[in-house]
Amino acid sequence: MPTTESKLEKLLSEGRFVVTAEIGPPKHASAEGIRHHAELLKDYVDAVNITDNQTAVVRLSSIAAAVHCLQKGVEPIVQMTVRDRNRIALQSDLLGAYSLGVRNVLCLSGDHQSFGNHPTARNVFDIDSVQLIATVKMMRDEKKFLCGEEIKEHEPRFFIGAVANPFADPFEFRVLRLEKKINAGAQFIQTQCIFDLDRFDRWMAMVRERGLHQRAAILAGVTPLKSAGAARYMQTVPGMVVPDAIVERMKKAADAKAEGVEICVEQIRRLRSIEGVAGVHIMAVMWEEIVPTIVEKAGLRSC
Amino acid sequence: MIVAEGKPLEEVYQMIAGARKVLVVGCGGCVTVCLAGGEKETGILAAALRMKRQLAGEPLETVEVTLTRQCDPEYVDQLERFVTDDVDCILSLGCGVGVQFLAERYPKPVFPALNTKFAGGTVAHGQWEERCGLCGDCVLHRTGGICPVIRCAKSLMNGPCGGSQDGKCEVNKETPCAWQLIYDRLKLLGRLDQLLQVEPVKDWSKAKDGGPRKVLKEEVMLP
Ligand code: SF4
Ligand code: SF4
Repeated sequence: MPTTESKLEKLLSEGRFVVTAEIGPPKHASAEGIRHHAELLKDYVDAVNITDNQTAVVRLSSIAAAVHCLQKGVEPIVQMTVRDRNRIALQSDLLGAYSLGVRNVLCLSGDHQSFGNHPTARNVFDIDSVQLIATVKMMRDEKKFLCGEEIKEHEPRFFIGAVANPFADPFEFRVLRLEKKINAGAQFIQTQCIFDLDRFDRWMAMVRERGLHQRAAILAGVTPLKSAGAARYMQTVPGMVVPDAIVERMKKAADAKAEGVEICVEQIRRLRSIEGVAGVHIMAVMWEEIVPTIVEKAGLRSC
Repeated sequence: MIVAEGKPLEEVYQMIAGARKVLVVGCGGCVTVCLAGGEKETGILAAALRMKRQLAGEPLETVEVTLTRQCDPEYVDQLERFVTDDVDCILSLGCGVGVQFLAERYPKPVFPALNTKFAGGTVAHGQWEERCGLCGDCVLHRTGGICPVIRCAKSLMNGPCGGSQDGKCEVNKETPCAWQLIYDRLKLLGRLDQLLQVEPVKDWSKAKDGGPRKVLKEEVMLP
């Protein structure tokens, strides 16, 4: 039984294999791009993540962007990092987002500010992502603010998400960390983009062993590569594993973009067959236009 | 100990612009151990400033004194006879506490010659590392003796972020990931179950966010 008004939760509870994608808000104050992308993705995905100052670069607010999506009829998942806001601001934004119609929130720690366009900024990290998950749950289920004060009426009722990275270290701890997030209240999990399927398989085996796939919906992350250069770059990103074989395949391809899509579609097919994977999360960073093609080719929608 | 390092000479030189006589005060405490503000460094800084002034054609007189500690009034008092009318400013090679104690005590401009960095220790000769963020509510008993507040770039309390790889922190490949260290250590101690506990949110009011803190030890306080 769904615990919230989230459509995403409803679909998952019905056992649908869900598709989520991502929209990165722009580095300016126009919503035109977001609205365009929302329109584009509307019939192909079940919900769209709105990133929150992704890679610590200042962008249009994720909550504002989520409202633009809602107006286009797309269900948003607001990402919320603990890097930029303390517990007061986070809870205030949760109330605000809910009042505007947002029903899904994804709790993250966020990339360190040293990677962004304000590397000399002071960070916050007042609470961490696990504690944020627990806070959202506390506000919803106990009708309380983090301080213990009662929310007398209209508590925000979010469907709570978190991320997991099967490719970061310490590897064996990753599943425990997932369990911890689920214990704290996470109901759906989106993973880091998967290129190394063997490692993901091993991780999923550990997830199933602990029964975690039954306690939270695991959405496997995928990213279509645009070029061999992009693949090589991804190899250098902390917490990412891209096998050399994929880089090679991209290098040899006559049409790199088409090959990137092909690889992504193959991955989705394989991921779909893994027990415990409840959906896919397509992160086509700066390439949102390709998502419908991927969804169709992978046979996830017959539009 | 408090670890500090000297400010760039040029910056200090600019601070004392216009002064004819400067009282240069070293500290025999932490900053002596980390080779930043002891007697030796005090002498070197004073000499460098004099030479630079000499070259600029504006000679500088310096008086150098190194106190046992600058963070204790009884030692700061000992400076009194050196703070004569003709001293234009005081340059402190103490940590930020020393600078403030001197400034509180004497009606002269007091300038910092050091950048006060952190609470840490010596990990190799000539290498100091931060170990504690002085949060006022220590959790080391729950984290295998490794501080997540200061050694994790995000001060995470519930395990490593997604950027931890090959034992290194996503922020800097030279820095070990604190949570990898915590994991390894708790595994060694057979206490991994500790990490499944959801750590409650931290009470930062005990840290600097609560304003300046005080420690009272009544049994030794004078009536
Ligand atoms: S937990 Fe707090 S007191 Fe303990 S070492 Fe870390 S910063 Fe220092
Ligand atoms: S990599 Fe490790 S030390 Fe660095 S921010 Fe992440 S958890 Fe903290």
